[in-house]
Amino acid sequence: MAEEVQTHAAHHEAPSGWVRKYVFSIDHKVIGIQYYLLALFSVLVGVGLSVLIRLNLAWPGTEISILGTLFPEGAPGGIMTPEFYLAMLTMHGTIMVFFVLTTAPQGGFGNYFLPIQIGADDMAFPVLNMLSFWVTFLALAVLMAAFFVEGGAPISGWTAYPPLSALGEIAGPGLGTGQSLWVVSIALFCVASLLGALNFITTTIDMRAKGMTMMRLPLTVWGWFVTAILGLLAFGVLLAAGVLLLLDRWAGTSFFIPGGLVVSDQAIDHTGGSPLLWQHLFWFFGHPEVYIAILPGMGAVSHILATFARKPVFGYKAMAFAIIGIGAVSFIVWGHHMFLSGMSPYTAIVFSLTTTAVAVPSAIKTFNWLGTLWGGRIQLTTAMLYALGFVSLFVSGGVTGLFLNQPAVDVYLHDTYFVVGHFHMIMGVAAIFGIFAATYYWFSKMFGRHLNEFWGKVHFWITFVGVYCIFMPMHNLGIGGQPRRYAELTAFDFLQPLVSLQQFISVAAFITAAAQIIFVANFLYSLFKGRVAEMNPWRATTIEWEVPSPPPHDNFAGKFPVVHRGPYEYSVPGAEEDFVPQTAPDARGSTG
Amino acid sequence: MILAVTIWLITIVSTVLMVGKYWWFPEVASAHGGDLDRQFMVTLVVTGVVFILAQVGLGYAIARYRDGAGRVANYTHGNEKLEVIWVVATTVVFFAMVIPGQSIWADLYLSEAPEDAVRIEVTGQQFAWNIRYPGPDGEFGRVAPDLIDDEGGNPLGLDLSDTAAQDDLVVPIMAVPLGKPIELLLRSKDVTHAFSVRELRVKQDLVPGLLIPVQFTATRTGRWEIACAELCGLQHYNMRSFLEVLPEEDFAQWLKDQAEE
Repeated sequence: MAEEVQTHAAHHEAPSGWVRKYVFSIDHKVIGIQYYLLALFSVLVGVGLSVLIRLNLAWPGTEISILGTLFPEGAPGGIMTPEFYLAMLTMHGTIMVFFVLTTAPQGGFGNYFLPIQIGADDMAFPVLNMLSFWVTFLALAVLMAAFFVEGGAPISGWTAYPPLSALGEIAGPGLGTGQSLWVVSIALFCVASLLGALNFITTTIDMRAKGMTMMRLPLTVWGWFVTAILGLLAFGVLLAAGVLLLLDRWAGTSFFIPGGLVVSDQAIDHTGGSPLLWQHLFWFFGHPEVYIAILPGMGAVSHILATFARKPVFGYKAMAFAIIGIGAVSFIVWGHHMFLSGMSPYTAIVFSLTTTAVAVPSAIKTFNWLGTLWGGRIQLTTAMLYALGFVSLFVSGGVTGLFLNQPAVDVYLHDTYFVVGHFHMIMGVAAIFGIFAATYYWFSKMFGRHLNEFWGKVHFWITFVGVYCIFMPMHNLGIGGQPRRYAELTAFDFLQPLVSLQQFISVAAFITAAAQIIFVANFLYSLFKGRVAEMNPWRATTIEWEVPSPPPHDNFAGKFPVVHRGPYEYSVPGAEEDFVPQTAPDARGSTG
Repeated sequence: MILAVTIWLITIVSTVLMVGKYWWFPEVASAHGGDLDRQFMVTLVVTGVVFILAQVGLGYAIARYRDGAGRVANYTHGNEKLEVIWVVATTVVFFAMVIPGQSIWADLYLSEAPEDAVRIEVTGQQFAWNIRYPGPDGEFGRVAPDLIDDEGGNPLGLDLSDTAAQDDLVVPIMAVPLGKPIELLLRSKDVTHAFSVRELRVKQDLVPGLLIPVQFTATRTGRWEIACAELCGLQHYNMRSFLEVLPEEDFAQWLKDQAEE
């Protein structure tokens, strides 16, 4: 299957010491696992916060004594204050968007599998790769520190709109040191993501094995590649915005703070800035970010559906172009977050139409996923269950986008739970289902042992039904008019009929959150005691299944693969087996 | 099969939640609100059909093509003709739905309020609403940030040396006359807030440094809650006021009563 190729510019020797091997490693596989574990830690914190959020929303004033011990300021006597609620909400959003949804699919799986799937021995810049992980780690540490500083974590939401986020403690608790740490953390995260993006792009362009043309790339690689391009173009803008915000906070500039403000009866000494400038910069990043979170999931789901439907991906080219199309359009839609922001109402119409255009490549994806399943031989492994769940959630979360892209309809739904339901469905849980699908699919390759399928399925069923019970009714809360980011529903009469629905959602959230313990236990147990995996347990076609589980230090032990065909040759008539590997020279799949 | 049935059940329950209207819009109370609700319903029907077809199709594919004895998967790389038809069809349907809806937005935001509109200024602050009427002279007087004094009862910094300011009425609640065009002028003293009244289908950010107009005509009398819809700080959930729609003569009387207090 392999012959010697000389294009491995990044070749480096296997490390000898423990620190160089597992801590400051430059091996893309170790870095991938480091990113994954960082995301796993983050998601546990993020889910924990959401449990507290749900508790306070449904039953405000509940006493939890451990909270009182941990956060004597935020929860005196164990009872959450409104500002503590907002701090939780801010940290939940920030951790989930940046350190889970951006980190696991791209930093984790992308790092681990992109080089192997294209037949490279490592990333193009291994040292840069190590650096980008450790800067991400530092960013997370800085963010976590915000919990414990005076005033606590910031209360301005993950979008950190100024002036609220720019004025300091005078505007509210957590807006002093906590908010500064938040901005520094995000700026660091941007730097790390830029480094990572450069690496992914260079690697994909320069380091493909012989015969691995762009139209033979697995769709996972298309997902990671386009995501990296989005990251390169988007994170720089957020970084700039973050620096400007820090200057407003620390150096007395007024990029985002207009003149004549009076906060709590005190005049503010700033003049000339624009709060909308932040919103434009933030959402110029923020909308591509949605696709940064979900494109790798789309790639993984296409990959897994083909594997377990035992069929080639339906319309491979259309799928690759749809990924590019979504990526391109994502840069001209940011204004749909700002219909009611006070920007020119004329631009709203333009952004509405560009946003509608996103529905077209999204429809292609959905159609082709169904086309891939149609006439297949579907094997319901846990990975496949999650991939199918992804498709269902993608549809459910996608169609509600067609309400919010219309400024007239958005007038009522903007900043309500309809929006919360929409983006959690698509960017939150659909993307998470992509991560779970990828985890159940690739765990055996990464660690040489299988995750337990029975407990995987139990985990799937509770999670799948659970997330629908949580996020579907949120659309009704929004239609009922419930605004986002309310610490409790106690102050308004019109919210009272919605309390019972909020309580139902909270119960569903507690059960779903608890079910994640099954996953963590399965993960930890299987690492050491799981069933030992062979090289190609799913009988799949792509290159990662042609190397040992886990692969050796430089992936191919010096024998670089040569690619002879597209990535999804399943059930080829006349072939010896129902899959023909990309590297098999003979169309009948004989690897001899 | 269980997965197919589960997906179908989820589809049914989701549909019932939308069709059953158990948690739904309050009855509309503004002239433009009916159009917004109609556009919502059109969108609900179109996306509902897409949603149901996709979920039912997904469930069907899972049930029908499940691995079993003797099943052989089709070897196909797609069908370009079908793909093109599908792309064109979805593009046409989605744009045909979205484009006409833009006229509602245009009516609301791209046209000037009529000359005789009742003008009311709304100024947000952490965590209260200041409603200002121009008084009998019909003109809003000058305000200056350095005159702002919440404790001293001048939350807007009204400059009383300006004659136009002397008859301005600043109150914490709002009343508007029934059936007359209203133009709200939205401002903020500190951070970004959003003015929202569900029944009127009105929502608009109040941005420090900007004066943002928004218009509506109330079509039925009633008293509704004004809520803040943009995160503005720790008491965001508590930033409430009331908007009362009164018959025209009652509104005039209300203004007089408020001015006397």
